[in-house]
Amino acid sequence: MSILAAVNVDVPFTLPIVDYNAIAPLLILLGAGVISVLVEALLPRGSRRFIQLFIVFGALVASLAWIFTITGVRVVTAEGAIAIDGPALVMQAAILVLAILGALLMAERSVDPSGDAFAARASALPGSEDEKQFTARGYLQTEVWPLFLFAVSGMVLFVSANDLLLMFVALEVMSLPLYLLAGMARRRRLLSQEAALKYFLLGAFSSAFFIYGVALVYGYAASTKLPAIASVLTAKPGQTSLALIGMALILVGLLFKVAAVPFHQWTPDVYQGAPTAVTGFMAATVKIAAFGALMRVLYVAFGGMRWDWVPMLWIIAILTMLVGSVIAISQSDIKRMLAYSSIAQAGFILVGVIAASPAGLAGALFYLIAYGFTTIGAFAVISLVRDESGEATNLSKWAGLGRKSPLMGGVFALFMLGLAGIPLTSGFIGKFSVFVAAVASGDTWLVIVAVVASLIAAFFYVRVIVVMFLTEPGPQTASVEVPSVFTTIALAAGATVTLVLGILPQPVLELVSNAGLFIK
Amino acid sequence: MTPWLTILALVPLVGSVIVALLPGSRPTLAKQFTLAVSLITLALTILMALQFNGASTEPFQFVESYSWIPAFGISYSVGVDGIGLVLIALAATLVPIVVIAGWRDVDANSGGSVKGYFALILALETLMIWVFAATDLFMFYVFFEAMLIPVYFMIGRYGGPQRSYAAVKFLMYSLLGGLFMLASMIGLYVVSAQVTGQGTFDYLSLVGLEMDPTAERLLFLGFFFAFAIKAPLWPFHTWLPDAASAAKPGTAVLLIGVLDKVGTFGMIRYCLPIFPAASEFYAPVVIGMALVGIFYGAYVALNQNDMKRLFAYSSMSHFGFIALGIFVFTTIAQSGSMVYMVAHGLSTAALFLTAGFLMQRANGSSLISDFGGVNKAAPVLAGFFMFAALSSLALPGLVSFVGEFMVLLGTFQRYLIVGGVATLGIVITAAYVLRLYQKSMTGPLAPKLVGMPDLSGREILALMPIVVLTLVLGLFPAPILNVINPAVDRVMTTIGATDPTPTVSSDGSGQ
Repeated sequence: MSILAAVNVDVPFTLPIVDYNAIAPLLILLGAGVISVLVEALLPRGSRRFIQLFIVFGALVASLAWIFTITGVRVVTAEGAIAIDGPALVMQAAILVLAILGALLMAERSVDPSGDAFAARASALPGSEDEKQFTARGYLQTEVWPLFLFAVSGMVLFVSANDLLLMFVALEVMSLPLYLLAGMARRRRLLSQEAALKYFLLGAFSSAFFIYGVALVYGYAASTKLPAIASVLTAKPGQTSLALIGMALILVGLLFKVAAVPFHQWTPDVYQGAPTAVTGFMAATVKIAAFGALMRVLYVAFGGMRWDWVPMLWIIAILTMLVGSVIAISQSDIKRMLAYSSIAQAGFILVGVIAASPAGLAGALFYLIAYGFTTIGAFAVISLVRDESGEATNLSKWAGLGRKSPLMGGVFALFMLGLAGIPLTSGFIGKFSVFVAAVASGDTWLVIVAVVASLIAAFFYVRVIVVMFLTEPGPQTASVEVPSVFTTIALAAGATVTLVLGILPQPVLELVSNAGLFIK
Repeated sequence: MTPWLTILALVPLVGSVIVALLPGSRPTLAKQFTLAVSLITLALTILMALQFNGASTEPFQFVESYSWIPAFGISYSVGVDGIGLVLIALAATLVPIVVIAGWRDVDANSGGSVKGYFALILALETLMIWVFAATDLFMFYVFFEAMLIPVYFMIGRYGGPQRSYAAVKFLMYSLLGGLFMLASMIGLYVVSAQVTGQGTFDYLSLVGLEMDPTAERLLFLGFFFAFAIKAPLWPFHTWLPDAASAAKPGTAVLLIGVLDKVGTFGMIRYCLPIFPAASEFYAPVVIGMALVGIFYGAYVALNQNDMKRLFAYSSMSHFGFIALGIFVFTTIAQSGSMVYMVAHGLSTAALFLTAGFLMQRANGSSLISDFGGVNKAAPVLAGFFMFAALSSLALPGLVSFVGEFMVLLGTFQRYLIVGGVATLGIVITAAYVLRLYQKSMTGPLAPKLVGMPDLSGREILALMPIVVLTLVLGLFPAPILNVINPAVDRVMTTIGATDPTPTVSSDGSGQ
């Protein structure tokens, strides 16, 4: 029997049913990304910046506004490939708001005396004659914007992908621009390119794990759609070894993106080497996107294998919290320290994921939002602390900074307290929510480990405050540049949200718990 | 109904913000403003205390409750019983005293800005009032932890040479306790959700919650651990001597005099009523820790050459008495503990402030060996020092005697031997206090101290209220006891403890 015979030629081709209203936020971003590429290709350099910023902010705001009009939508569309549900909408909105703040940081041009934070020509070899010339001529590029828009589109798709293949596509749409963005720092080009290359190689490696896992799961379930996998798991409960291996490989790919130990090796180098604005944007948004996808895969497709993945994630969560917190203590570079901090935070969020309950999902969402705002604010401050060689990221240059600039020092101290989870900051409510969910699900010992890890983590956050406020400023102390309105808005938003979500968290808690569960 | 407690907490908070916004070039204005705010708070506290009904059968008075985070059953709920009222009054009394005494403690070259120090004091006062007034466990926890931040900066920015180390040690120790309490608190919330279907942090709903004995013991340990670090009880005390010796005298007064009381307050407010069976189960351990603390603290104090460290160890010994009084489960001992908490706050204030005045006159040295013969050069200072020392060793007629005597009496009622052993602690206390006085105040005048001025009017003004309160409450403790006793009776009823019947019958004939 030929292959053709299997295809029923009599059935007419039907168009897939797509709910354009539900996926309009994604389409706006993708469309804007395409226009942005055209602007970069066709318009003269001088007029690009204004138009690019207009497109970027216009698209982000329009996409966000559209989400507010479809808050009640719960639909699986595009032939089951995309699920727009409560958690997806919450995460999409959070990603967009944080992307706006990230874009504000990236648009800053008045801090670095040589123009902006991005390479005059990213393709020029670091240290080459070409590069020197381009920099000397003061070239300023706007090529980051199309990349940025595609990265955001990828994230927005990632959290709503209901099909493993589409999820893989979204993963790549999100990651590829980020690899490039990481390599585009204007200063310390080698470090930046090293970061990009590392991120790309390890990221490609983890993507391979992911796609291999998808193949195995397809072999088991004959479908890549998450609900279909779940129903096959219920139908054939005894023969899950193929699904188990496939799931483990998919988890490797996703845990790489959330920077969980032992898949965290890229994080410190990339956080340190990437332009600070990109680091802030990436740290805040990728975490949300990756956890969104992780939870959707675990809850929707592999909910039936809970007893297989819970022990695995227990170990990973414990390792992530402890390794992240302990190694952060010995860091002398503030960006590397925040990288390990982001690893530790991923561990705390995993505690909520492991709870595998509505409360756990809501807690993890709240934590992600709180963490995103605090992190982006912290990186905004870092981008302003400079000396003559550029950003002063070594902690020794932060000595006495809080006394030199009390306002900026105070704001950064607030971010550190927020990340440490001290009460009256958003970080505390986040930790509290996931811990409550975990204890209610019976993971009390995991919470006790988390509590110990919180203490270790508090130590290095507090150490920054010690350096800033309890040491005398010296000649090597960096100074804080006065930013333009762009960074100021991002900074103010980060600080406000950190404080308000710590004191009056109820509206956001309601939002995340009313979001309900992933649609199945 | 006037929202007394909220107003009381907000006045210093608003004051603190205003002080922080004052121009840094006018430090005197910041001080005057701080003093005014703290006096207004004190006046409000007195007004509120006058309306407190000692005979009321309600568990809490001046109650306010607003929904705060309904998602977790959390509300902003405040209210005081006699114990809370007395401790708020203690805080409100000590703050203006500390402000007056610390008028010259901070100046432009002491590291941080002047207004910053005073703004932190007011912020701390707000948090202290909320901690003692909270009737929602979550709210208590939030302020229990938030209190660390101003103290951390007060020690870390304005303290002595070891300030950074001491501040971080203080913070890490307190966070350690706090985080275990957080875990326990979450456990308690989950238990309350399982039992009642709706998780809550409301104190009165948590009291009497039925729970599994093992869970109860574990939850008790989380809370007790936090409070034992805070109080501090042996062996969780090692942060205190460092913090006390690095801190400014005023900071040390607020830290040991009021903040550490949150630990013992927490034991009687939260540990006992919420976990009665576990409290009874662990009582022998706690009593053992308290006894070791009494002797260990006193013994180390006996060999201290640094005055501030001596006071810290002496406080640890006194906290042993307070914890002992709480965990022997007799009415008189628990009331005694509460009186002792107030007395200890006053005597600590007197000791640290006079020692602070003394140290200022000796280039900041706090070593006993640097002093001698102060009573010849500065008789008034020596006199106040004597008074503070006697108050610390619980001389009859002073309020500390009332507290100590009641604790011992209550202990004897239940455990004869424990009472006997604890009594011996008094002897060592007398020894180190008198040795301190003898070495520093009597004998030939130390050469470095020649020409030292006696206390100024401001310094006497700061110390006088403490002296008056110590004497008045020592001779006539009824005002405190009247408000404390109903609260203690309620605790005893809640935990189902009864006082042992006297072994001597009323006609005196014995058994």
